[in-house]
Amino acid sequence: MDFTEEQIQRYSRHILLQDVGVEGQEKINNGKVLIVGAGGLGAPIALYLAAAGVGTIGIIDGDVVDLSNLQRQVIHFTPDVNKPKVISAKEKINLINPDVKVITYQKLLTAENALEIIQDYDFVVDGTDNFPVKFLINDACVIAKKPFSHGGILRFDGQTLTYVPGSACYRCLFHSPPPPNAVPTCSQAGVLGAIAGMLGTIQAAEVLKYLTGVGDLLTNRLLTFNAKTMEFRTIKSKPNDNCPVCGSHPTVTGLVDYEQAVCDIESHRKQKH
Amino acid sequence: MSKISVNGKAQEVETPISITELIKLNNVAQPEMVSIQLNGQFVNRDDFDSTQVAEGDELDFLYFMGGGSL
Repeated sequence: MDFTEEQIQRYSRHILLQDVGVEGQEKINNGKVLIVGAGGLGAPIALYLAAAGVGTIGIIDGDVVDLSNLQRQVIHFTPDVNKPKVISAKEKINLINPDVKVITYQKLLTAENALEIIQDYDFVVDGTDNFPVKFLINDACVIAKKPFSHGGILRFDGQTLTYVPGSACYRCLFHSPPPPNAVPTCSQAGVLGAIAGMLGTIQAAEVLKYLTGVGDLLTNRLLTFNAKTMEFRTIKSKPNDNCPVCGSHPTVTGLVDYEQAVCDIESHRKQKH
Repeated sequence: MSKISVNGKAQEVETPISITELIKLNNVAQPEMVSIQLNGQFVNRDDFDSTQVAEGDELDFLYFMGGGSL
């Protein structure tokens, strides 16, 4: 593709990077990325990918903006309260960068629609807050051989891992979803708002690295950090032969909707009213 | 006493000690939900009781982290 003068100016700081250049920027502009969840992680991910010029950004989220979201979900503004998150996010993306084509899915990712939705994208980013969907994204991406970035935040901690076909998947590390309500989510236990930005921008950087082929992805490594100590740690992992979805004797061969934590469903219902 | 490392931090423990006992010793809040790597290899939950930790072993305790959307 030929860049216009305006695009050369817009993306000049990428083009100046020796590892990216015009060629790398073209790859970004041709990239198609699906963001699952337009919340704490999805917000910075969407903002940075939009600014970077990712050609097509899909956003899936069934919720509307709640006042309690604004402490960290920086893509949503005060007048957006009660607006569907995907609409609010699309508006900001278009304001940042009209080059970006935004596809919105105002629904939940489910076992029924996951494979169909992700097939149109080069890369999937997990910005969800619950384990059923985290495992669903993992299983769908492993089955469809689709690279994705896992991200999780809680209180003062964050963790992320990038998957490409053949590398350790989320289930290699975490065999199966925790029982409903066993592990608190942010809506139950709280989270320091800036943590979402810290982790989301790491995930966004991984997407841009994947699209441009620059550097070493966070594959076979789980990055964890704690904001209280500001200590970062990467834990090396290998694909787990006993992994239920990518191991040598997989037991997970199709997609399942795991049970949601009860209070998440209740908070979800509340938002509908 | 044997020197091992847990999540990158040195620990001295009385050996022999199983992974189950080490989890207890480290006051893991939800032991049924921690994933364990021993020297870079995942240990099956069923083997936590029978797997012994020895001098110089490096262990990683991995915890679930949700968070993001709602």
